[in-house]
Amino acid sequence: MNESIEDYISYYRTMVTIRQFETLAVELFAAGKIPGFIHVSIGQEASAVGVCSCLRVDDYVTTTHRGHGHMIAKGADLKKMMAELFAKKTGYCKGKGGSMHIADFSLGILGANGVVAGGLPIATGAGFSIKMRKTDQVAVCFFGDGAANRGTVHEAMNMASIWKLPIIFVVENNKYASTTPQRYACSVSDICSRAAGYNMPGVAVDGNSLLKVRAAALEAVQRARAGEGPSFIETKTYRLRGHYEGDPQKYRTEAEVEAWKTKKDPVKGFADFLTQNKMLTKELNQQICSDVESELKEAIMFADQSPSPEPEAALEDLFVSYPG
Amino acid sequence: MSDRMLSCTAALAEALYEEMSRDETIFIIGEDLTAHAGVFGQFEGIFENFPDRIIDTPISETAIAGVGLGAALTGLRPFVDLHFSDFVTCCMDELTNQTAKIRYMFGGQVNVPMVIWCPDGAGLRAAAQHSQSLEAWFVHTPGLKVVVPSEPADVKGLIKSAIRDDDPVMFFQHKKLFAKQGPVPVGDIAIPLGRAAVKRTGKDISLLSYGSGFYLCQDALEELGKLDIDAEIVDLRTLNPLDMDTIAGSITKTHRVVIVHEACLTGGFGAELAARIQDELFDYLDAPVKRVAAKNVPIPFSPTLEDYVLPKISDVIEAARAVTYRM
Repeated sequence: MNESIEDYISYYRTMVTIRQFETLAVELFAAGKIPGFIHVSIGQEASAVGVCSCLRVDDYVTTTHRGHGHMIAKGADLKKMMAELFAKKTGYCKGKGGSMHIADFSLGILGANGVVAGGLPIATGAGFSIKMRKTDQVAVCFFGDGAANRGTVHEAMNMASIWKLPIIFVVENNKYASTTPQRYACSVSDICSRAAGYNMPGVAVDGNSLLKVRAAALEAVQRARAGEGPSFIETKTYRLRGHYEGDPQKYRTEAEVEAWKTKKDPVKGFADFLTQNKMLTKELNQQICSDVESELKEAIMFADQSPSPEPEAALEDLFVSYPG
Repeated sequence: MSDRMLSCTAALAEALYEEMSRDETIFIIGEDLTAHAGVFGQFEGIFENFPDRIIDTPISETAIAGVGLGAALTGLRPFVDLHFSDFVTCCMDELTNQTAKIRYMFGGQVNVPMVIWCPDGAGLRAAAQHSQSLEAWFVHTPGLKVVVPSEPADVKGLIKSAIRDDDPVMFFQHKKLFAKQGPVPVGDIAIPLGRAAVKRTGKDISLLSYGSGFYLCQDALEELGKLDIDAEIVDLRTLNPLDMDTIAGSITKTHRVVIVHEACLTGGFGAELAARIQDELFDYLDAPVKRVAAKNVPIPFSPTLEDYVLPKISDVIEAARAVTYRM
């Protein structure tokens, strides 16, 4: 890994962007600016950035209902994202998708997904397509510990393995599938141990450590690009907010959340690492935070001032061509 | 260009060969495709000509449909073979929640050029889980085009259009019709989706059908002639898009309608079609629209039971007599 200080700072900046984007989204949701419901990944930023920082623009990613972080880490446009959350015409999906259904095919983001584990078969298809087209792209499939128990995972991982597809399965184990604890719902404590059943390497890493996630992802990406097949990474992490905004969270204690917040915050953890290694000064940190803040302020203004879609636009975009 | 007699399977194989020769992004994926050229011999010659583009899979319908979708999103044109249409239930999320919705919910950012090929239909004593006609489920899912050909020439022409279409197409072909012979044009004949065919002109009654229903109508013609009922047969061919112009052209002439399909009656495509006809063509009707369909039970195994459940020629005749008031 030949990483420059600039690289490290850029990872940090992306983590800060995700954290601030979602913190603001939470506030805007509470203020009634964002309709429907949102799922934020606050506390899981190291997983998104650690993996996506190993990818090229032309690599593919499928994400989940908790996908803001993956989108931003893969380079998504903040204005279009925010406008989509605001249900505006200028959003990524012209207001048809919302938080759970954002995509940017120009960046290889094949979509967030409202169906838990819905992304795995699609990522498998992207991996198949890469192999068929004989490129050295890779496909990353993010999913959660809840998704890990769906049947699609079995079919997708088996297929990826027999065909040696260039796929990295990233299970973000944030301890709770909605309200259901992973320790209750999963037959194993380390989900990565299931990888052995598919004859692919599986590792568990501290999902709140950017560097540890990155190291595992780099190895998996190299393996995939070299045509050696799929890998499985379990990032052990924790979501600091509820499953959705407004979640009463009766399934866990405040003390548990507080402990993760104070001891294992991935953004603060990486900032501390950078500071200790003399890559980040207090001034630079403030600069980064205020730059991100301005950028997001602009995105929010853009979203707020954008028009809603025309009602009749609901009838557009269904088919490429349709007679009559 | 001259026609030759081909079976429905040969027509499909010929169309696939021609399309795959033309466009190297097309590939076929599904279970048991290469050992016997597909379970129905429908891919005769494909493996020999395109060994890397016909892919055997594990029994994993979810992943098969998902691979088709993921490949369609990333530059390929998949032809997904679902083995038996009944197995759509094993990939229903991939088809109806993902494939059908991806273009729309992402605001038209992407196309999904995929064909999902579903051998369907009863009459082979294959019982409840290998005999269904499920096309109505997919007509009820915005975002999917639905094609149900009957004759070999339609198979060839429609599969070409389905493959070239940039939207996902559910393509239902009746298993019992695979061996049916018919004249098929040589060369590149694509039949546009959304165009019905008037396959027999008549003045007394419009028989609207598709797939195996078309043959029931055709086989009823002799008896209807004896009853002095001059029937027009409209083969709908595609259910979405639906060619209401051709349907209206026929009904404004005959004023009487019988809809014939093999799927069970309740909630079948005939219900949608009857609703549209009464809404759009009420003033042209001289009798209530009648539907001929399977009875509302799963398809049973015993030949006696299955034959009782499926629509018959006599049902078509009875319905035709009812709408012409010749009881």
